[in-house]
Amino acid sequence: MTRLLPHPILTPVLTVIWLLLNNSIDAGHIVLGLILGWAIPVLTIHFWPETVIIRKPLMLIKYTIVLLFDIIMANFTVARLILGNPDRLQPVFVKLPLDLNSDLAISLLANSITLTPGTLSAQLSEDCSYLLVHALNETDPKSLIATIKQRYEHPLKEIFESC
Amino acid sequence: MLEYFLSFLILTGAIFTFIGSLGLLRLKDLFTRLHGPTKATTLGVGCLLIASAVYFSTYTEAISLHEILITLFLFITAPISAHLLAKAALHLDLQSIAKIPENDEVEESGTDAAIIDDIKDSVKESNPASINDTPVPLDETDLQKKP
Repeated sequence: MTRLLPHPILTPVLTVIWLLLNNSIDAGHIVLGLILGWAIPVLTIHFWPETVIIRKPLMLIKYTIVLLFDIIMANFTVARLILGNPDRLQPVFVKLPLDLNSDLAISLLANSITLTPGTLSAQLSEDCSYLLVHALNETDPKSLIATIKQRYEHPLKEIFESC
Repeated sequence: MLEYFLSFLILTGAIFTFIGSLGLLRLKDLFTRLHGPTKATTLGVGCLLIASAVYFSTYTEAISLHEILITLFLFITAPISAHLLAKAALHLDLQSIAKIPENDEVEESGTDAAIIDDIKDSVKESNPASINDTPVPLDETDLQKKP
């Protein structure tokens, strides 16, 4: 089972991407997409040693909605900061200690941090114990860490890692 | 009516893309400059892509959903390129308005010693007094001067 279907989630994702690329839902394209979705994970199994398990799909949908909302807010925040006086900005580096263990969850967290208000993930320590975050205008690093942990890291931990 | 909505989306997209690029000009160091293109641009390009999807779905026969893929790839790749640029900037010891953290400030245990040493060295070598005087060079010729 694991050899024939190494990544059960990747297969439908690849199929949907194939259908989107072709912009059609013909039966032929669905079959071709399914074949590609099965063949690509089998052929590239050595690049993907970890099997992705989504423990709480509903939580993932909720997380995506929160993230999209935050991205839109981030755009307005950063636009305002750019148009304001740049000399008054207080950029700061913050170290965010990580509770996550899986690679996928950490990369998703780093991506989320970069896409959301005024923060940018700059560096991950080699043992994955903390993430160096650059904030564009932040006077209170402690509350920033608390917000990121509560808003993004906690849901990601629940989705991808057992509690 | 739909045309007005689409025009509004395209204009909003253009404005946000412009603000993102303006950030490159107005902000002072590489790290703050990274914020403009990674954020303001996502909404800008997002608006343009929504307008494109709605337009081609309405005025042509086929439903156009390529744009979802473009959005997806943009949202995946923009943070990664920003992350790599920031990482490269840390290694090249570029000047930063924000203080690059040292080991003492870390409250949690288990940090990576090698990277901390790297960052410490970079703090020693850079000259903190001149940080606010000159903007950090961003073009390639200036980057090449550094070892």
